[in-house]
Amino acid sequence: MTSAASIHNRKSRSIFADLMSSKGQAVLLLLPPALLLFTLFVALPLFDAAYYSLFKWNGYGTPTDFVGLDNFRQVLNHGIFWESVRNTLIVLAVSLFIQLPLALGLALMIYEKTPANTLFRLVFFLPYILAEIASGLIWSFVFDGNSGVASAIFKSLGMDPVFILADRHWAFLAITLVVVWKYFGFHMMIFVAALQSVPKELLEAARLEGAKRWEVVRFVQVPLIGAAIGVSAFFAVVGSLQLFDVVIPLTNGGPSNSTHTIVTYLYSFGLTRNRIGFGSAVGVLLFLAAVGVSIFYQYQTNRRSK
Amino acid sequence: MTYARLVPQLARLAILLIVVTFVLGPLTVAVFGGFKTNGELLASPFGLPSHWNTEFYSALLNDPGFWKYLGNSLIISLSTVVLTLIVAAAAAYVFAQIRFFGSRMMMSYLLAGLVFPFATAILPLFIKVRDFGLLDSYWAVILPQTAFGLSLSILLFKTFFEQLPKELFEAAYVEGCGYIRFFWRFTLPLSTPILATVGVFAFVQSWNNFLLPLVVINSRDLFTWPLGMMQFRGEFLVEWNRVLAFITLTILPAVVFFVAAQKYIVAGLTGGAVKG
Repeated sequence: MTSAASIHNRKSRSIFADLMSSKGQAVLLLLPPALLLFTLFVALPLFDAAYYSLFKWNGYGTPTDFVGLDNFRQVLNHGIFWESVRNTLIVLAVSLFIQLPLALGLALMIYEKTPANTLFRLVFFLPYILAEIASGLIWSFVFDGNSGVASAIFKSLGMDPVFILADRHWAFLAITLVVVWKYFGFHMMIFVAALQSVPKELLEAARLEGAKRWEVVRFVQVPLIGAAIGVSAFFAVVGSLQLFDVVIPLTNGGPSNSTHTIVTYLYSFGLTRNRIGFGSAVGVLLFLAAVGVSIFYQYQTNRRSK
Repeated sequence: MTYARLVPQLARLAILLIVVTFVLGPLTVAVFGGFKTNGELLASPFGLPSHWNTEFYSALLNDPGFWKYLGNSLIISLSTVVLTLIVAAAAAYVFAQIRFFGSRMMMSYLLAGLVFPFATAILPLFIKVRDFGLLDSYWAVILPQTAFGLSLSILLFKTFFEQLPKELFEAAYVEGCGYIRFFWRFTLPLSTPILATVGVFAFVQSWNNFLLPLVVINSRDLFTWPLGMMQFRGEFLVEWNRVLAFITLTILPAVVFFVAAQKYIVAGLTGGAVKG
C-alpha cells in the first residue's frame, strides 16, 4: 500500500495505451482463462438450470415444452422430496448440535502442541481425507446384517441381527453416524488452528485471577474463537446441503426412498429418469437454499464485527 | 493434589482412545477383512484373520482393470492440478497486483463459486458437456472440476500473493520488468508453499470425486476408481472380502499421501476457512 499504489494508479493517456501497457497485457493474458472456465462450467449451467426448470424436457433436442412453474409444483407436491428435505435437515442438526460440540471438545483436549496430540489430530483428521464413496462402502459392511460388525454385536448380545440399512427407522440414523465419523476431524482442525492462535497470556491471566479450567474455556477460549465456530457452522450447513457420495453406497436412497437427501433425490428422480426440467427445478431450490444460508451467514458475521 | 490431577487426565485419555477406536475401527476391519475367507468374515468380522489369505489382494493387483481405474484417476487428477495451478494463480495474480476498472466485480464473480453446492447445476452441466462433445472423455471431468475449484484456489492464491513484499515489485518495475515477466520470474517461484497447498487440495478433491465422473463417464475404459469400485461392488455382491480388499488397496495410497502432505492440507483448510 506504499508507493506501489501510486505506480498502479498512474493515469494513462488513453484506454488504448492502457491496454497496450505491460499492465493491460497482463490483465488480457492472465485473467481470461479463469473467467472462461468459470463462465462455461459454473455460471452458465446455473442460468441454464433456471431456464430448463421451466420446461418439460428429457434432454434431447431443444427444450420446447414450456410448462411454467409446473416442475416446481410437482417437486413441492412430492412426498419423497419433503422426506429428503427432512433428512437433509436431520443431517444439518446432527452436524451442528452433535458433531460441532464433539469437535470442539476434542480440539480443546488436543490443541496444545505435543507429539501425542499431533498423533491424535492426525488420526481424527484421517477420515476427512478418504473418499466419501469408500467410507460409505466400509460402513455399509459394518452395518451389514449378515456378515457385518453390527450383526456380530447383535449376536453376541443374543439378539437377532438387524439389517440396519434396510430398516426405515435406523437407516438414516446410521447415515448420520457415518457423516459424523467422516467430518468431525475437519471441524476439529479448524478449532485447533483457532485455539492455537489465542494468546497464551490471556489464559495465564485468567488462571491467575483464579478461573477454573472450564471457566477459562467458557469465558476466554470459546468467545475468542467465535469466528472459527461461525466458519465451521457454515461449512457444516453447506456440506449437509450437498450430501450425496456417502449415501449412495450405504442405502442408495432406500429402503422405499426413505433415506434420500436433496442431492440423491435430484439424482434419482431427475438425472437417472432423464427429467432434466424436473431435476433442474430441484437444483434451483437447492441453489436458493444455499444462497439463503450465505446471506444469513454474511449478516451474522457483519453484525458480530460491528 | 496429584490424585485430583490424575483423574481428569485419565478421563481425557479414555475419551481420546474411544474416539480413536471409533475412527480406526472400521478401517482396520476393512484391511483385515481383505485377508479373510468369506466364511471367516461371516463368523468373526473383527479381529485378526486366523490365516492371512493374500489371494484376494493379489487377484486385484493382477487385474489390469483395477490398474486401469487407478490410472484414469491419476491422469484426471494430475491434469486437474496442473490446470488449476496455472489458471487460478494467473487470475489471483491479476487481482492481487493490478488495479483496474471492474477488478473487484470480476473477483466477486469468480468467488461466487464458494457458496453453492456443485450439485445444483449438475444437470445443465451434463447437457453442456454433451453439447461440447466432451461426454465420456477425461476432459468431461477435468474442465468442470477445475472450474468449480477455481473460487477457493483463487482466494488462497490472492491472500498469499498480497503478503509478498511490495518493494520487490517496485524494484523490478524500475528495472523495466513487466507484470507478466514478474509473475513468472518472481511471484511463482516465491509461492511454492501455496502452490503445494492448492495442488494437494485439488488433487484430493479430484481423486475422491464421484458425482461428476458418475454423470459424464459411461465407458468402463474411462472409469475412475470410485466408479470402478461401485461396479466391483455390484459384481461381488456377497463376496465382501473382495470388496474390502478393493477398498483397502484404494485408500492405502490416500493414507500414505495424506501423512506425507498433511501439512499442506491443513494449511489450505485453515487458511481458506479463516480468511473465507
